[in-house]
Amino acid sequence: MAFLEINRLHKQYGNVEVLKGVDIAIEEGGFLVLVGPSGCGKSTLLNSIAGLESITSGEIAIDGKVVNDLHPSKRDIAMVFQSYALYPSMSVAENIAFGLEMRGVSKAEREEAIQGVAGMLQIEHLLKRRPGQLSGGQRQRVAMGRALVRDPKLFLFDEPLSNLDAKLRVDMRTEIKRLHQKLGTTIVYVTHDQIEAMTLATQIAVLKDGILQQVGSPDEVYSKPANMFVADFMGSPTMNLIEARIENGSGALSVEIPQRDRSLSLPVPRPPSSLQSYSGKSVVLGIRPEDITDPDGADPKAEHIAHANCSVEVVEPTGADTFVVTQLGGKEVTGRMRNAAGLSVGADVPFAFNMGKIHFFDPATEQRIA
Amino acid sequence: MSAASKDTALRTGVIARALIYAILLVFAVFYLLPLFVMLVNSVKPLEEIRQGNMLAFPELFTIEPWIQAWGEAQIGVQPTGLKPYFINSLVMVIPAVIISTLLGAINGYVLTKWQFPGHRIVFGLMLFSCFIPFQIVLIPMARILGMLDLAGTTYGLILVHVVYGLGFTTLFFRNYYDAFPTELIRAATIDGAGFFRIFQRILLPSSGPIIVVTVIWQFTNVWNDFLFGASFADFDSQPMTVALNNLVSSSTGVKEYNVHFAGAILAALPTLIVYIVSGRYFVRGLMAGAVKG
Repeated sequence: MAFLEINRLHKQYGNVEVLKGVDIAIEEGGFLVLVGPSGCGKSTLLNSIAGLESITSGEIAIDGKVVNDLHPSKRDIAMVFQSYALYPSMSVAENIAFGLEMRGVSKAEREEAIQGVAGMLQIEHLLKRRPGQLSGGQRQRVAMGRALVRDPKLFLFDEPLSNLDAKLRVDMRTEIKRLHQKLGTTIVYVTHDQIEAMTLATQIAVLKDGILQQVGSPDEVYSKPANMFVADFMGSPTMNLIEARIENGSGALSVEIPQRDRSLSLPVPRPPSSLQSYSGKSVVLGIRPEDITDPDGADPKAEHIAHANCSVEVVEPTGADTFVVTQLGGKEVTGRMRNAAGLSVGADVPFAFNMGKIHFFDPATEQRIA
Repeated sequence: MSAASKDTALRTGVIARALIYAILLVFAVFYLLPLFVMLVNSVKPLEEIRQGNMLAFPELFTIEPWIQAWGEAQIGVQPTGLKPYFINSLVMVIPAVIISTLLGAINGYVLTKWQFPGHRIVFGLMLFSCFIPFQIVLIPMARILGMLDLAGTTYGLILVHVVYGLGFTTLFFRNYYDAFPTELIRAATIDGAGFFRIFQRILLPSSGPIIVVTVIWQFTNVWNDFLFGASFADFDSQPMTVALNNLVSSSTGVKEYNVHFAGAILAALPTLIVYIVSGRYFVRGLMAGAVKG
């Protein structure tokens, strides 16, 4: 049995169903990231695990014990909140020790625990201050300290980095990852930032409208998105989704992208098994920007590179890479070029398509064609 | 050119400013005049007042009227002065303010952080009590005090003022706690704190401004109340306001205006002191509530 198990979880507010039968399991020491756009139910799911919100039906079990009817303080969890939720009238030390104090831990033990956690998070010099006197990053550390000090079975993080500025966010992300690797704790982490999800998670669960879209390792979710929503949501810039047709010419499948003057035909080297049945029908072709490059910048290990000339519409240099926008099948398509030299708007330039890394989706169900 | 326009702006600014200050000064004098008259005449012998010039400074300074008002003047039938009634008022006001503030705080806490079905209706009804005129409740309240065997006692008055103040104190605390982050309550819940612990350790320490507002509001209202005091108190539990009325309306021959003035100032003194000591917190507290809520 997994360490945290959520079975057929439903949650309703009046007539509105926020969670529609969610099943997730995570092993001890795992890092589960719940990701999705706002309003998808990820925070509700986290609050349900914490016991801060009641559930309508289903089952939540932590370490083999069903906790449905257990009070939040009895679930052996700790939570880090988006606003940090530090008690404004208490010092940092009192904040960290409050949970221990409520559980009747002696003063000496509390003192020792505070010192341990403060040392780990490098906040010893802040212990006597009030939360109001701390910067955003420091508050974040204290909030984590308050969670860590109790040494619970399960840590819950509710968008903990979203109130920090961009640079600090990256630093704290690394720090959280380091802490997780060092302590080996089990974490459930909510974010709307797919980069946080990719970098931190051992398991990603993508939610939309209260329905679980896909659960898997970051690599699985990224390279085998279960449907068009996941494909679109994970990755930045987002995956290009182009309407196309499957053609079956003399045994080999190819994908036809209608263009204004003539359609562009690209070979499909390793078609997924059920793609055959789509011959002559339309599909949605998915290809990530990093798989559309300049011919020189194409992945040298890729076996199936197709070349085609497309006209450049927009050039967006980011420093390391240059994103180039062109039109394919009536849609804007973004490619990632390493060498921006000689790119001018309106010019026809060769693009290299890594056909080994393309995805197909059914246009009606939006599901992946496997 | 820019220098010239700056000059004109400066000059009109000075004129407008002078005008504003002049008007403000007139109003300040207008408002302070009654207090001035009271103060000046409370330290004059009666003969000087009878000469007719109420605005003149005393020719012969005396604190005799104050001593009279405090300890010797005829109140009703007893020559006790206002002292026992001042104590009656204190004994009534202090518990009434503490209890109504505390209950208002708990009400506000429940109505914002432990919401139950129908909490809006309950709050609406409590708000409604703020708008009921005092006179309407006199007879039912008298009946209830009779049934509770509290008629004519200080305890009865405390009860009346707590019940009547609850609507306002609840309103103050509800609006203040409405802006209090719910995540803090959740964090404390996970930390293992219960209903009263969260209230006492998390909310109350952050409630300073609104406590000041509520205490001032309740103190002034309860201290200044005349109607309930006159309706529900016996001779031995009458508050200051009723005694002041009795002092002024007791006739033993001549009207001792200087004693009446001194008595009126004595009656107003506690609320005045409360305002002077904590007035700036009052404004700050009201603003804090207004901005956040």
